Amino acid sequence: MAGWALRRLLQALATFAASLLIIFVIMRVAPGDPLVRLESNTPLDPAEVRVLRQRFGLDQPFTAQLGNWLGGALRGDFGTSIGHYPETVGRLLSTRLPASLILGGTVFLLNFTVGVWLGVLQARHRGERLDRWLTRGSVALYAMPAFWLGLMLIALLSLEWRIFPSAQMHDPFIAPEAPFVTRLMDVLRHLVLPAITLSAVTIAGTMRLQRTAMIQTLREDYVRAARARGLEERRVVWKHAWRNALFPVITLFGLSLPVLVTGAVFVEYVFNWPGLGGLAADAISGRDYPLLMGCAMLVTGAVILGGVITDFAQHALDPRTRPG
Amino acid sequence: MRGSLLDLVRNALRSAAGRWGAFVLLVLVIGAIALPPLLQDPAAIRDAALGAQAPGGGHWLGTDVLNRDILARLVNGARISLAIAALATLLTATLGAGVGLVAGYSGGAVDSVLMRLVDAAMAIPRLFVLLLLVLVWDRIPPAALILVIGLTGWFATSRLVRSETLRLRQEAFVTAAEALGAPGWRVMLRHLLPNVAGPIIVTATLGIGDVILLEAGLSFLGLGIQPPTPSWGGMILESRSVMTSAPWTAIFPGMAIIATVLSANMVGEALRAALDPRIA
Repeated sequence: MAGWALRRLLQALATFAASLLIIFVIMRVAPGDPLVRLESNTPLDPAEVRVLRQRFGLDQPFTAQLGNWLGGALRGDFGTSIGHYPETVGRLLSTRLPASLILGGTVFLLNFTVGVWLGVLQARHRGERLDRWLTRGSVALYAMPAFWLGLMLIALLSLEWRIFPSAQMHDPFIAPEAPFVTRLMDVLRHLVLPAITLSAVTIAGTMRLQRTAMIQTLREDYVRAARARGLEERRVVWKHAWRNALFPVITLFGLSLPVLVTGAVFVEYVFNWPGLGGLAADAISGRDYPLLMGCAMLVTGAVILGGVITDFAQHALDPRTRPG
Repeated sequence: MRGSLLDLVRNALRSAAGRWGAFVLLVLVIGAIALPPLLQDPAAIRDAALGAQAPGGGHWLGTDVLNRDILARLVNGARISLAIAALATLLTATLGAGVGLVAGYSGGAVDSVLMRLVDAAMAIPRLFVLLLLVLVWDRIPPAALILVIGLTGWFATSRLVRSETLRLRQEAFVTAAEALGAPGWRVMLRHLLPNVAGPIIVTATLGIGDVILLEAGLSFLGLGIQPPTPSWGGMILESRSVMTSAPWTAIFPGMAIIATVLSANMVGEALRAALDPRIA
């Protein structure tokens, strides 16, 4: 087990390094230059451009730039943003991270509670009308573009009926020194529409997997035995069957991270949510190399970590899958 | 072998979902090919000052902000969307099959290097790389869009094809072909490829919806199909300013995307169920 864990971690680290290298190469091979964008705002004289190139190390050969970035990153220094100069990449990322975590965390929670519950409900009513309509509904939501659903919800719930705010994470008229509960309610009100949008387009995966796993478990002899002993149906379903039908769903959570990231970019864009997606899109369009690498590092790191956590959780919860 | 692929399709069409999906997809494809010449020019602007007109009169689905016929724009958008989806999916399937076959059949160092690279590439969200590549062009041509979407979508397919190839490599028919002196490329193309065609078709079909959503998303961000060429994502982008006063400008393109992605997914699911009846 210890050997396996070490190997898995080393493999994750190697994958991480390779991913960063791929992004670095694509970034540098793709034409376009961070200073071009700066220049389009204010004309710079060639001497200034030279100084700027030197400051950001853009005049050095490719391998030296990679080495510089890597050396800095290992010391926890991810460089200075070109587009948001003189903010450091580390600071930019840490100011945007909370919003992303709030949105992503809420969506994970929604998918895990509502999605799992609906999946179990479908399995219990397999083949009935309820099951069929829930499948149709979730599959239709899965085919929906997140940005379109977001726009529809904004049009209806914030512009027409004025129930929820349509953009941002805070109400600008609520002072930062307002009572905690007021500020919390404010963030929650802003969170409702983006979270529902992102959850709606991704929840089908959880529901379907939970349904399949639950159907298989409900067929098992021990479940029939529990029923035969006259246990309450709710107890049979949740205490006996569900515990064993949970593993595939856990696997999905690690694997669904990339989907959440991609969907989040569109949802953040539509709702003006101040998360990492917008920052990354900004960095890409401005060819802000240091910021781009910072975002890439965070996102791929999260994806790879999700895979590792999934593997470890699987082994911890299901002894049968443990190697050795 | 051809017979078994035909069986796969026939079995998939036996399910109601598969039949419906295939029917809607077929209607969309035929409409996209046949209708455009019969409709107004989607880019023609007349009396733009009138703004968006509600459905009815000469315009079944109404007009957009610039008073252009929405039906004509939808149908022309379908042409672009479906063409991009088909070609990008073809590219994805070819690349995935190629890399998977080579990795699985060669084994050893080639296999390790290819699969480690695929692992690394899969850890990077597709949209991230797409944005990076799409922004190389100021106004990206459709051919480049196809290339970029196709190049970023083959990783999962290659992994699947590799594992199938690994399994098949031990089979007697492969050993027989090798014993008869067939070169590696021949074994891969003539003996292995037909046997992994089923899974390739299933993943390719299931990937069509992703491609359509990605293309619509990029166009919505203003980075995909460039105006005045109509695209579903672009139409939704243009509808943003009049969403409450003229909701039809946003609703119809959204419905078009959902109908296409949904039917493609339904066909994909039916094919998957036909290939492996146990998971249905």
